[in-house]
Amino acid sequence: MCTVCGCAEGEVRIEGDHHHHDDAAVHNHAHQQHNHAEAEVQAPAVNAEGDIHFGQGPARAHVPGLSQSRMVQIEQDILGKNDRYAAINRARFEAGSIFTLNLVSSPGSGKTTLLTETLHRISQKRRCAVIEGDQQTANDADRIRETGVRAIQVNTGKGCHLDAHMVGHAAEHLDELEGGLLFIENVGNLVCPAAFDLGEAHKVAILSVTEGEDKPLKYPDMFFAADLMILNKVDLLPYLDFDTEQCIAYARQVNPQIQVLQLSARSGEGMEQWIDWLEAKRGRLLQCRIDQLNQQIQQLQALL
Amino acid sequence: MHEMSIAEGIIQVLEDQAVVQSFSRVKAVWLEIGPLAMIEQESLRFCFEAVTRNSIAEGAQLQIIELPGEAFCMQCMRTVTINKRYDACSYCGSYQLQVTQGEEMRIKELEVE
Repeated sequence: MCTVCGCAEGEVRIEGDHHHHDDAAVHNHAHQQHNHAEAEVQAPAVNAEGDIHFGQGPARAHVPGLSQSRMVQIEQDILGKNDRYAAINRARFEAGSIFTLNLVSSPGSGKTTLLTETLHRISQKRRCAVIEGDQQTANDADRIRETGVRAIQVNTGKGCHLDAHMVGHAAEHLDELEGGLLFIENVGNLVCPAAFDLGEAHKVAILSVTEGEDKPLKYPDMFFAADLMILNKVDLLPYLDFDTEQCIAYARQVNPQIQVLQLSARSGEGMEQWIDWLEAKRGRLLQCRIDQLNQQIQQLQALL
Repeated sequence: MHEMSIAEGIIQVLEDQAVVQSFSRVKAVWLEIGPLAMIEQESLRFCFEAVTRNSIAEGAQLQIIELPGEAFCMQCMRTVTINKRYDACSYCGSYQLQVTQGEEMRIKELEVE
């Protein structure tokens, strides 16, 4: 019996085009007792004593390496491709000093309302644009456009999240956004978008108080990936049993560094702090960019 | 649900590698997956089988190597084992943990021809 995969010689068979284990890999062991993988090679003959003879097939010889099967070490991250696209997006956003946020939440948390109210407050003095992700319809992009801000709808079709490649294509349509803000409203889904970096500066998780306060524990990956949690619809708190302190404690249990803002996009309560947060983070990004450029200028001047 | 995207990501890596490393068929794929990688193994197996049809990896076996999750506790300065994002330090109960292993999701090796 093979100690690697547990198959016994009696199971060795050439069936169709390959030898097949029910529960293990089709693979080629380094040892020479038997050779699992090849289509062309005859099964070795096994006599009553259990000796194995590779030379008893039609060719009368076993040629080592006749099977072309080989092992390849690759050590590649499965999401490496997405991450490479995300890096390209991030470089593009940094070069244009565009402050980019990836807004994530479950459906119905009020992302689009938060966005439209945010845009009403800042789009007069800051360049803004929105990339809207939904499985279907351009309804959300239409709502954004009503505020006078450019919006690009990305329909993911059957997809459950935006990926960096989609965002890269959408961003190609956003010219003249230098120094501005780009909001990416992800597909309403607290699971999958956590895994896909889009090139944003921060993920912002929006949780409405009409949901359970234990959402950060139920969907920990998302709250771990986010730098800011917004508790939305706080104007409804008097009618609900939502335990705000407990919710924040759960979020910090998953992500001790997460920042928290409480607001109601509808009533306007707390919106000022959110706008301040945006301005402060955007200012920091611009300052970093200025420092970078100054450093470059100094380096070039030193070359004169 | 994003396991389908992950499975498609695997196929893309295999197709890219097929050109680089000159192979035409993938017979087995070994993945390393940590407990914090947001992957449901059964779902991934299902999706992998679906997306490998009519590809260079049709019928390929998917082997999953489970890596343990590890974190460094900022309070008691020790490395502890974790399985979930919200696990506490098993020594001091703190949540101030820095994950050091467990987010892996990578293709380790392939059997090809």
